[in-house]
Amino acid sequence: MQYMLLIYENEGLNESRTPEDQGAIIQGYMAFTEELQGSKKMIAGDALEPIATATTVRVRDGETTLTDGPFAETKEQLGGYYLIEAADLDEATAIAAKIPTAATGSIEVRPVMVWEK
Amino acid sequence: MAEREDVARAIRGVVREHHRWVLARLVRVVRDLDLAEDALQSALEAALAQWAEDGIPDAPRAWLVRTARFKAIDALRHRTMRRGKAEEVGWLETLRREPTPEPEELGAEDDMLRLIFVCCHPAMGRDAQVALTLRTIAGLTTEEIARAFLVPVPTMAQRLVRAKKKIQRAGVPYRVPGRRELDERLASVLAVVYLVFNEGYTASQGATHVRTQLCDVAIDLGAELVRLFPEHGEVLGLVGLMHLQDSRRATRVDAAGDLVLLEAQDRSRWDRARIDAGVALTRSALRTGSWGGYALQAAIAAVHAEAPTAEATDWAQIVLLYDRLLERTGSAVVALNRAVAIAFARGLDEGLRALSELEEALTGYHLYWAAKADLLRRRGDFQDAAESYRAALARCENDAERRYLERRLQSVVS
Repeated sequence: MQYMLLIYENEGLNESRTPEDQGAIIQGYMAFTEELQGSKKMIAGDALEPIATATTVRVRDGETTLTDGPFAETKEQLGGYYLIEAADLDEATAIAAKIPTAATGSIEVRPVMVWEK
Repeated sequence: MAEREDVARAIRGVVREHHRWVLARLVRVVRDLDLAEDALQSALEAALAQWAEDGIPDAPRAWLVRTARFKAIDALRHRTMRRGKAEEVGWLETLRREPTPEPEELGAEDDMLRLIFVCCHPAMGRDAQVALTLRTIAGLTTEEIARAFLVPVPTMAQRLVRAKKKIQRAGVPYRVPGRRELDERLASVLAVVYLVFNEGYTASQGATHVRTQLCDVAIDLGAELVRLFPEHGEVLGLVGLMHLQDSRRATRVDAAGDLVLLEAQDRSRWDRARIDAGVALTRSALRTGSWGGYALQAAIAAVHAEAPTAEATDWAQIVLLYDRLLERTGSAVVALNRAVAIAFARGLDEGLRALSELEEALTGYHLYWAAKADLLRRRGDFQDAAESYRAALARCENDAERRYLERRLQSVVS
């Protein structure tokens, strides 16, 4: 099965980190990604630019409106994702628990929908 | 006609005995809880018709598994024809080729464990875990579960549908957890069983104080777990605890439905068989070296159960057990019980002192105020006691407990 691991964290948390701490987190992510690729379970994964760069698009009655910022103000913001292949939910949550941000933010685990023909 | 009735009754008995085992086996074979339930239902209908003609077969469980498996293949074939899903076509082929696993006892415990652990999987909320366990393992109907939890039937049905959908769509695995995660996963199972028991023992709301069925179901589930984990301290501890609490079922509430406190209960009416079973389980639990909070609570209940009179209770022993329990849990409710035990072991002043340290943490909890009121009343501080009884009443939703508190309040104001 494919699972999307959505990485949420309070962005303010990262801004308050020392350069050393930020470096350690980046190294943690590099090691995690390498391990995941090595185990052939990684399909894709990226970090996202902060929500200050977000634009929300809505089309109503044929009219497109753009809003500055994310679609909802929440305490933790989507900061990145991994798309993985895992045997079942137990394996997916075990992988999610190894994402460095799991220790400070939250990882939402969502199965990718399988379309019936 | 009478004969038909007899056969029907006999069949229902066989079904009750084998229901969960057949379902557990089916779930492993068809890997879909909904499909397994539907197939079992069809097999049961077939059994009712055929057994009435031919008599109950020698191996009814194997008969039911075999029949239900064919029903499942049928249902799956229909589904496949309708949707032509490649995965299901392939799966149907495997299922057709796979011989019916015999003998029936082979791997039955493993099947049961898979089913229990999937129902109590931590990826589901506690409400969903409880509903699924009662439906699939205990074999209660959706209506029965809804009634027990004071929830409208459609709500409960919806809860079950959602839970099963999550298992299916999110890929919750049908497997027994490995040694490393077993204790944690088992703790979730025990929490579900104890919640069922407590829901039966003390309803949080409403008039019916003891809902016997849920207590029996919880003890039955517990017995199953003891069979599966005969050496696990917390399994033995929880089942011992439930037996000991249940031994007082007949005396907890009087004829008028009013609550009777432990010290006022007629100990001659406590269920000796339950106490003996509970004490034996508790002893085995404490011998395992893997015991925890449930075994300690069972030990406390055992000290109460073995005291010939309320006055003869070994309160010093109870305080010691609560000390250990508090170390483990850090729970304010445990600290509350410990404070009450201190009052009986070392005097009311010491008990009230221990209580006052908890006021901030427990100010919203009606039993804190009830305990405080009770100790004040015993010390003769009726005015302060009345104030605390009123505070307890303002926070209490259970009818039987409210009536008790109101009676006590009257006794200190008059």
